[in-house]
Amino acid sequence: MLRLTNVEAGYGALRVLKGISLHVSQGEIVAIIGANGAGKTTLLKSIAGILQPRSGTILFDKQDLRGLPPDRIVQLGCSMVPEGRHVFPTMTVKENLILGAYSCRGKGQTREAVKASMDEVCRLFDILKEREHQLAGTLSGGQQQMLAIARALMSKPRLLMMDEPSLGVAPLVVRDIYRTITTLKRDGLTILLVEQNARAALAVADRGYVIETGQIVLEGTSRELSDNREVQRAYLGKEYERIDE
Amino acid sequence: MSRNALYNPACEALPRDELEQLQIERLQSTLNRVYRSVAFYRTAFDANCVNLEKIRDLRAMRDLPFTTRDDLLRSYPYDMFAVPLRDIVRIHQGFAIAGTPVVVGYTRNDLRNWTECAARVLTAGGITEHDVVQIALDYGLLPGAPGFQQGAELIGASVIPASMTASMSRQIAIMKDFKTTALITTPSHALNIAAGLEEMGVHPERLQLRLALFGGERWSDELQKRIEEKLHVIAIDTYGLTAIMGPGVAGECRQRCGLHINEDHFIVEVIDPTSLEPLGPGCEGELVLTTITKEGFPLIRYRTGDITSVNSEPCACGRTLARMTRVSRRTDDLIFFHGVGFFPVQIEKILYEVEGLSPHYQIILDRQGDVDTLEIKVEVLEDIPSLDEIKTLEILRNQVARRIKTVLNLDAKVTFAEPKSLRSDSGAIPRVLDRRPG
Repeated sequence: MLRLTNVEAGYGALRVLKGISLHVSQGEIVAIIGANGAGKTTLLKSIAGILQPRSGTILFDKQDLRGLPPDRIVQLGCSMVPEGRHVFPTMTVKENLILGAYSCRGKGQTREAVKASMDEVCRLFDILKEREHQLAGTLSGGQQQMLAIARALMSKPRLLMMDEPSLGVAPLVVRDIYRTITTLKRDGLTILLVEQNARAALAVADRGYVIETGQIVLEGTSRELSDNREVQRAYLGKEYERIDE
Repeated sequence: MSRNALYNPACEALPRDELEQLQIERLQSTLNRVYRSVAFYRTAFDANCVNLEKIRDLRAMRDLPFTTRDDLLRSYPYDMFAVPLRDIVRIHQGFAIAGTPVVVGYTRNDLRNWTECAARVLTAGGITEHDVVQIALDYGLLPGAPGFQQGAELIGASVIPASMTASMSRQIAIMKDFKTTALITTPSHALNIAAGLEEMGVHPERLQLRLALFGGERWSDELQKRIEEKLHVIAIDTYGLTAIMGPGVAGECRQRCGLHINEDHFIVEVIDPTSLEPLGPGCEGELVLTTITKEGFPLIRYRTGDITSVNSEPCACGRTLARMTRVSRRTDDLIFFHGVGFFPVQIEKILYEVEGLSPHYQIILDRQGDVDTLEIKVEVLEDIPSLDEIKTLEILRNQVARRIKTVLNLDAKVTFAEPKSLRSDSGAIPRVLDRRPG
């Protein structure tokens, strides 16, 4: 579904991605794990069209995404949940959700269709239905994260990219978010997940890539990555199993 | 399972474009890893001015330096491991060449991938969970026997680790009493077993044997046919080597038109062994393998010394994995005898250490009945001594034979020849005479 080959990207003189190749197949959850500054967010931004890669190809369903504006990429079915949520704090939950369907206007998205999508995402997160008239800025961190996911789903994506969904939310909420990710996968959504929380990501992902200083240094199934001692030391913490309990 | 069963269809029948994407991803991550953690590769890449970021597709592989067997020997024992020893869960060793063996370490993931690769090869050959698999291979430090065993167990077959050291009558008794349906051994040992059956008066039809898989030796189509006739089995070829993984690199499917290479774990190239230039599909040359999933002991462009050709046309069995032709020759003078590989120079070294022998010798491989024989003919320094000294000569001969057995694990018959008697008309001694048919 998504295929990157030799993608290079950066900011000014700074080269962040140094030739990244990876793929995500239909129906998979793929995790990108790596330390802070390894290039994870830059990678997602390059796919989403927020940052123009310097070279390489990004194919989404055989179509090259390079050079396309972000809204066009969303229309093609590739949505992103940004790091730190970025919900619109002074708008209500409902308004935030309607905005999520914005880029799909004129694509046969009728008012009824938007309403139907909203019902659908609210079924997934019942808390949002309860608080649809509340200002987004007054939600808790975890609820804002749910809203950000729900908003991304409003454009009816086939590929959902999530940047650090567990960042800055309480451990219990992390569990809820990851339960949602599992549900979305079961419903047939393909997910590319970027995480520093390798343990949580590998628990739901089918496969993963480890990124270090802008290069992929390891690829494999989640089980393989979890069994890799280097991954255990660097990303899972020595006593990660005890934490799990 | 049907005749054309695939152990892992998702990987073995992957469309070629998806396979190539997977290969480049895995190649790039392997290269980044070896550059960071294997001093040998960091030095080799830097010395050859390799910019890893320029390795953008599989064609760019030709810019990477080769790894040779000598490199591996120099790394003895652990210098080319890419992970610390505490991450290694298994260590195997290949046969020693010039006294130094190749040492290979496997991480937990390596073991799992290896086991699956072996299971794929066994499934392609026709082994199912209903089989009783007798493994008549040397259970030592070599990865052959355990590799096949793990794969067969993963499939769910019943495995008998009979090993090669069991006496022939015991081997055959196991085969008969345990109702063995599939035999895994070397071609030469299969012939030994066939000879044993004849000797013991056991007709192959009284056995349940239906399938035999072979590895560890080069063999020919003729030999394959002979084994099939003698043992009343279908004989399947497999390919593997210690440095790369052990068994599980490639194996024939029931179409028997080449050995499918597990390309999601290995990138295969064929090169001209002289110019070292890559050769196209179907061209015969030296097989070069790159591991792309191994963590413990990854190898980049390893020159196997085996001569073959590779064809990536789709196969009737449904696999999209490329096929290599049976390896029938080598680029060097490595000799295989009863599953043990050795170089003439190793024999030379042993002879050199024994007083009274000249450096002029000849290695003669032959087949008596169906059993391979190895004879080392050496010229003595002085004229063959008189009769009363024959006893001394006998002691000397035993000493040489014992030394060859100890160092190389070869059962060789040693004979002495008069000085200058081995030379041909041109004055040169043909170092190796391989008279084994097929």
